[in-house]
Amino acid sequence: MGLLEIEHITQWFGGLLALADFNLSLEARELVAIIGPNGAGKTTVFNVVTGVYRPKGGSIAIDGRHVVGLAPNRITSLGIARTFQNVRLFKDLSVLDNVRIAGYGQAGYGPMAALFQGGLCKQEENTIVEKSMELLSLFHLDASADELARNLPYGLQRRLEIARALATRPRILLLDEPAAGMNPGEVGQLIELIGWVQKAFDVAILLIEHQMQLVMNLCERIIVLDFGKTIAEGKPDEIRSNKRVLEAYLGEDQVT
Amino acid sequence: MIYVLQQLLNALQLGSIYALIALGYTMVYGILTMINFAHGDLFMVGSFLCFLCVALLGLPFIPTLMLSMVGTAFLGVTIERLAYKPLRQAPRVSAIITALGVGLFLENFTLAINPYPKHIPNFVPTTTWVIGNISISSLQIIIIALSLALMILLDLIVRRTMVGMAMRAISFDKTVVPLMGVPVDFVISVTFAIGTSLGGVAGVLYAVAYPVIDPYMGIMVGWKAFISAVVGGIGNIRGAMIGAYILGSVEILVVAFFPSTYRDFVAFALLLVLLIFRPYGVLGKPMVQKV
Amino acid sequence: MIARLVAALNRRSVRLSLLVLGFAFSFIVPATGILDEYVQLVLMYIGINIILAVSLNLVNGYMGEFSVGHAGFMAVGAYVSSLLTVVAFPAGSGPWLFPLAVLAGGTGAALIGLVVAFPSFKTRGDYLAIVTLAFLMIVKSGIENINFLGGPRGFLGMEKLTTLPWVFFWTALSIWAIRNLVYSRFGRGILSIREDEIAAELSGVDTRRVKIIAFVVSSFFAGVGGALFAHLLQFINPRVFDIIKSTDILIMVYLGGVGSLGGSILGAVIYTFLLEVLRPLGIWRMVLMPLVLVFLMIYRPKGIMGLREFSWFVPSRDLFGARRWRKEREEANGPS
Repeated sequence: MGLLEIEHITQWFGGLLALADFNLSLEARELVAIIGPNGAGKTTVFNVVTGVYRPKGGSIAIDGRHVVGLAPNRITSLGIARTFQNVRLFKDLSVLDNVRIAGYGQAGYGPMAALFQGGLCKQEENTIVEKSMELLSLFHLDASADELARNLPYGLQRRLEIARALATRPRILLLDEPAAGMNPGEVGQLIELIGWVQKAFDVAILLIEHQMQLVMNLCERIIVLDFGKTIAEGKPDEIRSNKRVLEAYLGEDQVT
Repeated sequence: MIYVLQQLLNALQLGSIYALIALGYTMVYGILTMINFAHGDLFMVGSFLCFLCVALLGLPFIPTLMLSMVGTAFLGVTIERLAYKPLRQAPRVSAIITALGVGLFLENFTLAINPYPKHIPNFVPTTTWVIGNISISSLQIIIIALSLALMILLDLIVRRTMVGMAMRAISFDKTVVPLMGVPVDFVISVTFAIGTSLGGVAGVLYAVAYPVIDPYMGIMVGWKAFISAVVGGIGNIRGAMIGAYILGSVEILVVAFFPSTYRDFVAFALLLVLLIFRPYGVLGKPMVQKV
Repeated sequence: MIARLVAALNRRSVRLSLLVLGFAFSFIVPATGILDEYVQLVLMYIGINIILAVSLNLVNGYMGEFSVGHAGFMAVGAYVSSLLTVVAFPAGSGPWLFPLAVLAGGTGAALIGLVVAFPSFKTRGDYLAIVTLAFLMIVKSGIENINFLGGPRGFLGMEKLTTLPWVFFWTALSIWAIRNLVYSRFGRGILSIREDEIAAELSGVDTRRVKIIAFVVSSFFAGVGGALFAHLLQFINPRVFDIIKSTDILIMVYLGGVGSLGGSILGAVIYTFLLEVLRPLGIWRMVLMPLVLVFLMIYRPKGIMGLREFSWFVPSRDLFGARRWRKEREEANGPS
């Protein structure tokens, strides 16, 4: 039984079939990529897994626990976190606050303690600041802790988003096009970062990406989607030379 | 049964007036995503302009209507240029609060120069016909027919003219449209002019139907018209019309069957229920958030 | 190290001494009559308006909604507390049991606030504004139709139990409690909903619970404001708690600056003060005041304070937390 078991997921948007019988099994510490042309349904997979959409059919289990139908924040607390295609930071909040938000689920005090600043509240809040600053320093973001998130350069914003996701201490990390808008040098740094994150935080990583350099260098396994259907699955070398994959990306005429 | 039909006629009358005002709200919202809370007070100004024309100048119906329309349109465009235009880039709420301020200004200014409610002398020749057991007054016919005619005209303008197309384009994407050579400021002014003049017409028709007017009359009517626009799906012109007739009907029918003090209570409770089942209004579409 | 301690002590001692001074002042003034009755009345109105503005800011400013129903919660607080002091409490016990009446008013309002929270789960923005408007109308209409509450004629008979010390106490309590909430995990949750609700959910924030807390706390203090108001005016009727009242509170919040406690306080003070100062103008005061408001909105669209906050309200943990941590780590690593 894998850490993440996705079985027979079907998702419709109006009359459009976004995902048809999608299956994926993820073990602890694996690094798997989902690739495919635009509109293939890759982000929909992430949205269904994290509970943003409810699939029409199929089941999803995290560590054996079925999660379809649960509220997104419940699913997050079961150990899964994600980043977004377009960076979705809390722009008008500070870098530190962005990471502290994730501390919501880690603290145990209730609203009455919050209203009257009880001892437990103060203690736990101090712990949250500690932990958040430690996390930020691991990502070399501690110097800008008080900076507003909207003022960070794009590359640092992406890094912050990953840090925020890791603040919820997930066992599964979903990264949606983390290299979007980056030049080759930055992509190289990102490859190192993701590799380090996987080891340092002991997470399984599911990655959506278009940049083949990143995918081929990092991933143990690749799943290829096209129009909601899985058209190939295997190791990077297998995928690289798979005819159907090339057709999907380049068009049939180009391949023959 | 006859009673219900009679009340339905009253509902059509009230709904028509709400519709004319609701259209003004929805047009401005569609193009600027802004709730012009001063709109109800512009309706009130329309009524007072009608009073000026009739009681002080002794004009007949058509010139009164024309003058009120032009007067309110002019006022609307001026307000837009002076108070709303500077806030187009500001957070939405600032414009809303400014609109509330403009509304307060209009109400109290009118009150300051005119402390007592005014009675408008009858200036529309009225005849009443009796069909079956239902009495229909020519006043009701005028109100309903004129409103419907204007609504159809508006629909045509929005769908068939260049200006209308520009309005719809701006409501979809405000930033790109100027890059296509569309004079955005002009189109916005036209939108305000049309929307406010419809409110002015509503003011005249209201004065004809319920001849006592006061400076605070725009507040409740304005909020109710706003609710109509939302119930129908804010930003949607046809929705505004549907919403207005729904609200008018609910109000009239509630008074028909319950003590009149329950009118607002039941009307708003029903509206709440409707919003629970159709959270985005009858014709509204939820803004699909891409995640 | 010593300097840091002194700085922290300074902040806390300044805050505390101001509180003590203010409280003492609120007793001395009515007893000695340094300020005349009219000024005392204005001060009490300012206090009540501060409570109303700060509580509305929780939902409208920090959570980014547009609730127009605040006057409705105020009405519930006013009527519940008045019923208690006039009908339920034994005669003469008013001054002693007044805080209970105020608490009851707040609790009644909070229950209504709880009901309003539920539509907010699925609905946001302008549609939620309509829902809050509907609630306001329903509360107002409801009161008008209940005869033992006086219906449209109103309810009277309250003793003037609202005094300057009480107003000071409740105002200070409201600001303190709401400030504590804002700087807790729930407050951050509220902010995250404003910024990006979906990202918040996916970061583990229980948005339903947070919304309930926001609405309940906000309406509780609105009810407190209503209770104090009722026992100052000694007469209440449904017309007082209509959309115009809600509009007044909205103006105070947005004028001062959304998402800023200091802003709400400033907005309440300036608005109340301006209204009193312009009183000699008679009816023209209400013509000038909106013009001033429009003018201010055009030149400071984010309100007077914008999104910034008075540093006195911000806990040291939020102001200095990051800096302190970096300093401690530097010291721990030793001179390199």
